[in-house]
Amino acid sequence: MQRTNREAQFTATEARLRDLLLKGLAGDNVAYQAFLKDLSAHLRAFLRRRLAALPDDVEDLVQESLLAVHNQRHTYASDQPLSAWAQAIARYKLVDLLRRRALRDQLNDPLDDEMDLFTTADADAAEARRDLGKLLDGLPDGQRLPIVHTKIEGLSVEEAAQLTGMSVSAIKVGVHRGLKALAARIRGER
Amino acid sequence: MRTDDLIGMLATGAGPVAAHGVERRYGLALAGGLVGAAVLMLTFLRVRPDLAGAVLLPMFWVKVGFVGSLAVASLLAVLRLSRPGVRLAWMPGAMLLPVVLIWVIAGVSLIEAEPLQRRGLFFGVTWKSCPLLIALLSVPVFVGVMWAMRGGAPTRARLAGFVAGLLSGATAALVYCLHCPELAAPFVGFWYLLGMLIPAGVGALLGPRLLRW
Repeated sequence: MQRTNREAQFTATEARLRDLLLKGLAGDNVAYQAFLKDLSAHLRAFLRRRLAALPDDVEDLVQESLLAVHNQRHTYASDQPLSAWAQAIARYKLVDLLRRRALRDQLNDPLDDEMDLFTTADADAAEARRDLGKLLDGLPDGQRLPIVHTKIEGLSVEEAAQLTGMSVSAIKVGVHRGLKALAARIRGER
Repeated sequence: MRTDDLIGMLATGAGPVAAHGVERRYGLALAGGLVGAAVLMLTFLRVRPDLAGAVLLPMFWVKVGFVGSLAVASLLAVLRLSRPGVRLAWMPGAMLLPVVLIWVIAGVSLIEAEPLQRRGLFFGVTWKSCPLLIALLSVPVFVGVMWAMRGGAPTRARLAGFVAGLLSGATAALVYCLHCPELAAPFVGFWYLLGMLIPAGVGALLGPRLLRW
């Protein structure tokens, strides 16, 4: 009985999220935002279960996974189960984080063994530790301005082009490259 | 930045995404790579003068079939490896099958040959240059295929790099067939395969570095 409930819930979520994503890929930004919002809750639960030892990293990883889902959304094939696609992305980012962690711990003597208790608190878990806004500020103008104008201030591509003196295609390319560069900076490259 | 703000930012102005973007990138990469390999072949090598006669021989088409089916199988595998959460399914078998078949043909031809001819069937006259020339011709395809794969999202970078290299090797070998004078199955089954495995090995080495996202 419990098993069928779980399966029914899975099927319903899969259908709802897939529908939202496909609408989003067709250009419906409202549906796309609902998709990301809904997905983020599933990502958070999925990653929290797998990062029991690193609760402070959960929200960072949720954000990193959302950025990856966005940057790689063109790789979703509509005949493919959405759950498999999204879960593979989340797992890839999880493994990447654990690998980075292991590398860092090898290089630095982990002091936190004795400091663990007082430096971790549950309330922190709701906030991301890494500020994507600051990483965004570090991008070159050709990528930062298109993102700030079109994605944070909500201007159209044409308005952003007029405001910055960049061409329309430079704005589009800047947004695209900037979001990929953001993911690269999260990974610690440059 | 809070997660909800990030979601708002990502969704704002996101717009439509062109369908089949991954496939289109590989199409461009292969077309460009094929032209590059053909230019390299015509510049440094030449089309075998007796090509018109060679295309009448069954073994010519066995060779083209071997290389071509490897190219198709590795292309299908590369498309799967470029998407998160897609299983390889029967792809490894599809890539192994041409190799097994050419080895069977090679085995039969070696068994049937006179003992003194066997050496010639295996080494031909160009065994020293064949693998390196295939690897050389694969460079433009390799660059293109890696570019296409960087536009996808491979979650198994080493394997993806290996198969991408195999695809470029097989595509290059297809072009090399127009030049190569060798037709014996034992030669093709070893030296051609070695030539295709060189870019595949390079791909496996570079994959984890080049294919992160």
